[in-house]
Amino acid sequence: MSSPTENHHWTMIIDLDRCTGCQACVVACHVENNVTYVGEEEVAMGRFMHWLLIQRYWGGEYPNMQARFSPIPCQQCKEAPCEPVCPVYATYHSEQEMLNIQVYNRCIGVRFCANNCPYKVRVFNWFNPQNPEPLDQMLNPDVTVRSRGVIEKCTFCIHRIRRAEEDARYEGRPVRDGEVQPACVQACPPEAFVFGDRNDPESRVAKMAESRRGFRLLDDVGTVPEVVYLKRGVTDVEGI
Amino acid sequence: MSKESRSAPRPAEPDQALALEMRPGILSDQLLLDPRPVGDMNRYIMEAMQRTGKGFWILVAILASLVLIGYGGAWGYQVRWGMGVAGIRRPVFWGLYIANFVFWIGISHSGTFISAVLRVFKAEFRRPITRGSEMMTTFSLIVAGLFPLIHLGRTWRFYWMIPYFNQRQLWPNFHSPLMWDMMAIFTYLTGSTLYLYLPLIPDMAMARNITTGWRKRVYGTLALGWRGSESEWHHLKTAIKIFAFVIMPVMFSVHTIVSWDFGMTLVEGWHSTIFGPYFVTGAIFSGVSAVITVLLIVRKTMKLDYFLRPEHFDALGKLILVFSFAWTYFWFAEFITEWYGGEPVISALIHMQARGPVAVLWYTMLFFNIVVPWSTLWNRRIRRSTTAMLLITIGINIGMYLERYIIVATFLTKGRMPFNWGIYNPSIVELLISIGALSLFALLYVVASRLIPLVPVWEVQEGQLSHSLRPIGRALVPSVVDLE
Repeated sequence: MSSPTENHHWTMIIDLDRCTGCQACVVACHVENNVTYVGEEEVAMGRFMHWLLIQRYWGGEYPNMQARFSPIPCQQCKEAPCEPVCPVYATYHSEQEMLNIQVYNRCIGVRFCANNCPYKVRVFNWFNPQNPEPLDQMLNPDVTVRSRGVIEKCTFCIHRIRRAEEDARYEGRPVRDGEVQPACVQACPPEAFVFGDRNDPESRVAKMAESRRGFRLLDDVGTVPEVVYLKRGVTDVEGI
Repeated sequence: MSKESRSAPRPAEPDQALALEMRPGILSDQLLLDPRPVGDMNRYIMEAMQRTGKGFWILVAILASLVLIGYGGAWGYQVRWGMGVAGIRRPVFWGLYIANFVFWIGISHSGTFISAVLRVFKAEFRRPITRGSEMMTTFSLIVAGLFPLIHLGRTWRFYWMIPYFNQRQLWPNFHSPLMWDMMAIFTYLTGSTLYLYLPLIPDMAMARNITTGWRKRVYGTLALGWRGSESEWHHLKTAIKIFAFVIMPVMFSVHTIVSWDFGMTLVEGWHSTIFGPYFVTGAIFSGVSAVITVLLIVRKTMKLDYFLRPEHFDALGKLILVFSFAWTYFWFAEFITEWYGGEPVISALIHMQARGPVAVLWYTMLFFNIVVPWSTLWNRRIRRSTTAMLLITIGINIGMYLERYIIVATFLTKGRMPFNWGIYNPSIVELLISIGALSLFALLYVVASRLIPLVPVWEVQEGQLSHSLRPIGRALVPSVVDLE
């Protein structure tokens, strides 16, 4: 068990064999992190704003088509290509959580990080956020609303990590396995997402990360992601 | 080129004229071996500067309104509403602005290359063309330097990139190629402005001596009390020599670092070791072409054909032919290695260039940068024809602009994960700002052409003093006396 003062090694496991492509994680992420609504026209133009994107790839030949779903949040790379290129330290590696942090207040919007991200998980605020009724009623007070001209991306719901750590410290105990649940993990009906501290050898993620099904996305680029995908064979989704 | 067509009549020197006619192979005409009295020449230049007819003011008005529409209107609109009014979108986060930036930085290499490199190597034909090209460097750097600001999502926070002690207690990140870029551009702008100013001092003194009114006051201030004494010349020449040597590595560093904005990334197609020399070569190629374009226009409109002769364009034409060879070599070396490697994403990019939606731009680039220069510039008659040179050099800059656009905007459309592939089309806002940038450059140049002597008169006169035709046996041979 990890102690409250010890550094955590937050890891996300995404089991592609379980993912049904239902997009519940995307919706939960939007609500949790105040990710703004951009409208149909902007989406059609290619300016959709999702911190977590379910990429859908088609396999096979008609009529034997298969849809394969890959939920792609920020991979929280240890050797993140986005970090060195930022001229104003708006994105950097936090020493406490060892996560890739985006500081909105520092960002001046050069968008170099977004170009350099091989996963293209960074999104840009092309305009000021304008959530139509009733979406404007659901803003999360724990998370900043970003203005136009700054980059944003998945934070592993760092505010939830902080809250769990503070609760644990207040009660004088280590953070329990499964206590921290980012919005996507909490919302996933088939439990394709698992989140936890890999430094704790008893945690679910530590065991699952050793799975023979495990792999990392674009491993050859050398970014050392903190998201581990699990996959065996092909996903067979009937009727799509 | 008949001698009668020059507006400034040359004094009758039958022997010299005969000698030049007899040996067309030796380019003596570029040495301006028909000196005119110093006072005449000075007055001639100053009169050309003070001619401001109706056409001049109409041109200034048109350019100024285009600048206002581009920078005041379109940029202001973008700052007010957000970057979304530009056409950039995921995954093409850099678009026309950065292509413009690279292009104008490339244009800025003309001045330094022509002026400093040719000065260091004592290429005598450079004398009348140095000022015009140095001015291009400074003005195009101003235009280029604005583009990173236009491109910022939060333009009003641009000063956060400047290293100064601030209440945020945060230093800029010197690991970022953008910081290297900013450092290099500021160094280059400072250096090239000083390098423009130094050889200007004797000409400012000349202008001070023969003008009246507000011009006399301005020129008098800028001349810094120049009297033309021996020690002043000595110091000036030493300073120019130091700057000519120092600015060359700065020139190479600037465009190399601009290329590293792309080369240092993980983006497929950008991540290439050849980008440094490839971009520098392309920059000099497009810069020298732009010098020819501008000088041809200046020569026509300001009637400077005494100073700028077909032989100068002949010499510059050879230079761009050589740089066309060099650019082609680098382009081909990059293309063939990437194509042969056959990586899937690179193959998709190459397919997009050769057969896909970018094909029109790609083949136009190859046509203007390779086919046209290679098939025309070997011919001396074409190199000496002003119309042909104007069209060829404008074509080269269209080709180089397309090259920048293809590298910046289209390489970003296809990344490592096919789900993220996208397209990019510039919006009207981006186009208006690009037109505004071209107009700003032209406006600065047009206004400066009436304030600064476009030909370094003292350098021409110095050249005429040091060169002469000497009879050796029955032939007249150009000879040089090095004054230093």
